[in-house]
Amino acid sequence: MYATSYHRASSVADAVKLQSASDEAKYVSGGMTLIPTMKQRLAAPSDLVDLRHVAEMKGISVNGSRVRIGAATTHYEVSSSAELKAACPAISHLAAHIGDPHVRHMGTIGGSIANNDPAADYPSAMLALGATIITNTREISAGDFFTGLFETALEEGEIVVAVTFDAPAKAGYSKFPNPASRYAMAGVFVTKAGDGSVRVAVTGAGSNGVFRHAGLEAALAANWSADAAAGVDIDATDLLSDLHGSAEYRANLVKVMAKRAVAAA
Amino acid sequence: MAKVAMTVNGRKVSKECEDRTLLVHFLRDTLSLTGTHVGCDTSQCGACVVHMDGKAVKSCSMLAAQAAGSDILTIEGLAANGELHPVQAAFKANHGLQCGFCTPGMVMTAVDMINRYGAKLDEQTVRENLEGNICRCTGYHNIVKAILAAAEEMGAAGRQAAE
Repeated sequence: MYATSYHRASSVADAVKLQSASDEAKYVSGGMTLIPTMKQRLAAPSDLVDLRHVAEMKGISVNGSRVRIGAATTHYEVSSSAELKAACPAISHLAAHIGDPHVRHMGTIGGSIANNDPAADYPSAMLALGATIITNTREISAGDFFTGLFETALEEGEIVVAVTFDAPAKAGYSKFPNPASRYAMAGVFVTKAGDGSVRVAVTGAGSNGVFRHAGLEAALAANWSADAAAGVDIDATDLLSDLHGSAEYRANLVKVMAKRAVAAA
Repeated sequence: MAKVAMTVNGRKVSKECEDRTLLVHFLRDTLSLTGTHVGCDTSQCGACVVHMDGKAVKSCSMLAAQAAGSDILTIEGLAANGELHPVQAAFKANHGLQCGFCTPGMVMTAVDMINRYGAKLDEQTVRENLEGNICRCTGYHNIVKAILAAAEEMGAAGRQAAE
């Protein structure tokens, strides 16, 4: 690892100040992607601003159907929150299957969505839940937030502070983990709102990152069933092909994961 | 360089180290606690698992500075009064180790999962919770047996203490 200077932020305002003091500072939360990347010398921030101890970025609140999760909340905390499990069990299930227990004790929801790894789990949940990403300066809808592979709408120095969403009437998530890395080769998050509207978001399979699938959404809005998902033609054109699987293989995985997600919802 | 202070195995420590020092190197090189191992160096194998504030974490994937102010428990801190911790004893009784390199991480992971699940641990849950620990001797079967035996014993001990 190249040399770096560590700073611990005590508040969001403090973090912004610490980050802006250097041209090449990066925020670190759980660090489950950033620290390994720095160890490989693929990233070399001059300064690290630690967000893990910022109290205003932590915690889960559920008011009726309105859910708010602080960005520095760990996957373990999301997976084990009783009130979240009651409001939206699909996101608890998702959080409980990220990486391994050690990663879940450190990694955070804010870090995951700000990194926007194309095979990460949370971006699909944010998109399918129609979540709002709250930063230190503004609110961004999930649809506008995820802009490409490891790309988001975040400006330089902007911090994800929390995410909010309305718990849907039904939601389910299913992923096919890569047998070695456990990242999703395809993960599908489905939601059905109280008004019957359906959202389906796919992670791990798109060549440009997380995306919504219009065909699955239309089929499931007409008939909320695994059979309806099974009847949808999944176009492989914009899907990822790599050594782990071809686009056609991933297209089939998307369909199977969609069926399982609906069955689990 | 900065002074990093934390509690390790119940003992307060404060040492100078570079900001980029990983927690595992701080433990091994600065504190000479070499029970915590570096297996893969790519954050996958879990040989470096320690507890930070009561939760299992990979000490190779965080800076010592990130752990400043926290309470760290390593494999050296498990045995009390010269007696093996029940998980260590169960690994010994069930032949839960072959070459032993992954064992510190396996044991710390086992203690963490028993802390979370207690005596209601079942084989499936144990295997799922070993996701982040690799044994290259592939001796998982006896590791799982050891963890289940320890969970049962610790659950029984907990019930006795409560009665």
